[in-house]
Amino acid sequence: MTQEAKDAVGDYKYGFHDPESSTIRFDKGLSEKVVRDISELKNEPQWMTDIRVKAYHHFMEREMPTWGNCESLEGINFDNVTYFLRSSDKTEKDWDDVPDDIKRTFNRLGIPEAEQKWLGGVTAQYESEAVYHSIREDLEEQGVLFLDMDSGLKEHPEIVKKYFGTVIPHTDNKFSALNTAVWSGGSFIYVPKGVHVEMPVQAYFRINAKNMGQFERTLIIADEGSSIHYVEGCTAPTYSTDSLHSAVVELIAMEGAKIRYSTVQNWSANVYNLVTKRGVAHKNATVEWVDGNIGSKLTMKYPAVLLKGEGAHAEVISVAYAGEGQHQDAGAKVHHLAPNTTSNILSKSISKNGGRSSYRGMLQVTPKASGCRSKVICDALMLDEDSRSDTYPTMEIGNSTADLEHEASVSKVSGDQLFYLMSRGHSEEEAMGMIVNGFFEPFTRELPMEYAVELNRLLELEMEGSIG
Amino acid sequence: MTEVLLRVENLHVSVGDTPIIQGISLEIKRGEIHAVMGRNGAGKSTLANVIMGHPAYEITSGAVHYKGENIAEMEVFERARAGMFLSFQYPAAIPGVQVGTFLRKSVASVRGEAPSPREFRKELNEAMKQLDMDKSFLSRYVNDGFSGGEKKRLEILQMLLLQPDLALLDETDSGLDIDALRIVAEGINAVAENTGCLIITHYQRLLDLVKPNVVHVLIDGKIVQSGGPELAMKLEKEGYDWVDALV
Repeated sequence: MTQEAKDAVGDYKYGFHDPESSTIRFDKGLSEKVVRDISELKNEPQWMTDIRVKAYHHFMEREMPTWGNCESLEGINFDNVTYFLRSSDKTEKDWDDVPDDIKRTFNRLGIPEAEQKWLGGVTAQYESEAVYHSIREDLEEQGVLFLDMDSGLKEHPEIVKKYFGTVIPHTDNKFSALNTAVWSGGSFIYVPKGVHVEMPVQAYFRINAKNMGQFERTLIIADEGSSIHYVEGCTAPTYSTDSLHSAVVELIAMEGAKIRYSTVQNWSANVYNLVTKRGVAHKNATVEWVDGNIGSKLTMKYPAVLLKGEGAHAEVISVAYAGEGQHQDAGAKVHHLAPNTTSNILSKSISKNGGRSSYRGMLQVTPKASGCRSKVICDALMLDEDSRSDTYPTMEIGNSTADLEHEASVSKVSGDQLFYLMSRGHSEEEAMGMIVNGFFEPFTRELPMEYAVELNRLLELEMEGSIG
Repeated sequence: MTEVLLRVENLHVSVGDTPIIQGISLEIKRGEIHAVMGRNGAGKSTLANVIMGHPAYEITSGAVHYKGENIAEMEVFERARAGMFLSFQYPAAIPGVQVGTFLRKSVASVRGEAPSPREFRKELNEAMKQLDMDKSFLSRYVNDGFSGGEKKRLEILQMLLLQPDLALLDETDSGLDIDALRIVAEGINAVAENTGCLIITHYQRLLDLVKPNVVHVLIDGKIVQSGGPELAMKLEKEGYDWVDALV
């Protein structure tokens, strides 16, 4: 790598890119024709084409969102985005059949290795579509469906038609409309009644091309009394121009089911990461979002849970790390719609080198939702004077029996902590890394171990060479 | 000749514009125990902190030599790696960092290489047994929610594992009940033979258990008298009023 390229990439170790190898690449910009062409290319049923076109028109008319750090969205040039790029003709079941250059990328990211060691299934998406997909045989035998979303629509159109857009309709916000119009890839999962998927399944999303837009669409349905843990990772090369990642994720946990969705997004600092994630929890069901935001230029993401059935539970644990030039605008939305529902929200954020992190939360209790309990904890840690941290909690409480707790704290790394750790032989960077890892510990301990180790290493890297 | 570990030479130290230490000299050899006594605010903790390199304190004149070298430019962590250790009066809490992980990383940093997991576990078990510490300590977060006594025990545990050449113990005895005091004293005695110790204390009771070679009395940032263990006993009996006459 030349020094200049190295300066541009900085410490972001996933900032490499491979020569672009597309079999189909659409011209930049968005039109009804682009939307229809995507649908036609994928040979979709008419109803899906219709949804896409409707969503496209809604997107064109819809104002930018008002919830979030909205002025930063002005920087997005929708005409300069490539909306669809196919880099491989089909989704392979064997890594050996994946085109060499793409396989190399995923090898560098350690995906095949992780799959062998600790995953129940893997989808690897490169640009717009999945290039690799596998699921363990025993899960398949139990009737678990784990496919990329395009294959899900082809092979199980009845399930997709029944649930697609029911949790997040295209009219939800401008970016959910955009996603619905041009979606491609993502995961489709159905877990049958009573089946517990013990090993996590993982999807890995990689953007390689410049000015790429990635619009994956994920739908996870856990039928009565079942459970699944889904893990998602994301990276992209560092370019001087921006890319757009705008996903929609819908989770449906039927009675007594449990879905845990863990993400660590580590997009490069030129990616707008604007994701709508929402789950529905029916009676006695649990939806958990474990959401880590380390990369991207701007992230706006507020994993939401609709507690629709009595006794349902929501858990949202999120961390955000905002370095130079980054804004992590993240949080959680929990809607208590039924009696005796409970929720816990834990948000931890770190700002450094002028980075900005915000917690933006919504907690709603409707009038008929009696006996609800909710606890919200937001902790922010600032590593220097130039950085910024804000908390924007919103509460709409319509039922007086609700038992609510809210705690917020903003702290700085203290000189005493640094001196203490340094007196035990740790350099200032190492000391800072330990404090940061410790601060995120309530989050990392929820991750599969391999992921937690990787995240800790990542944060330690972020601390290196950062102290003047 | 026994190695001189620490030589403090006419040391003057300020915090901001306020002078705290105003001309201290002392010399500690390997195997020696020096006690520094004095009232609150006399500059005792400042002395320990400035020797360890705390960035808030400025040496305005004089010098600190460690193993024959002026260490003014040495970073705190380099001092630790060179064999210096400070047992804190108020150890900082590091939430989220488990004691076990912290100890392993610290030992690796100070020794310059990670010990084998097996050897480390053995060392750790022995040291914890010696200090009558329960294994459950290891999974707690460093000093987070610890009682005063637990914090001090963790300091001494670190000293046993890091095996320093020079140990600065800042009021390690305060807040300890009599049993804990005895255990901590045994910990200090276990390393003292091969270490130079500077013990800062208010009380005679620790010095009954850890025998100092030299006792220094510190008033207003100056050593006003140095002597043998009998000096500590006199302070215990008569208080500091008679020392004021010496200033």
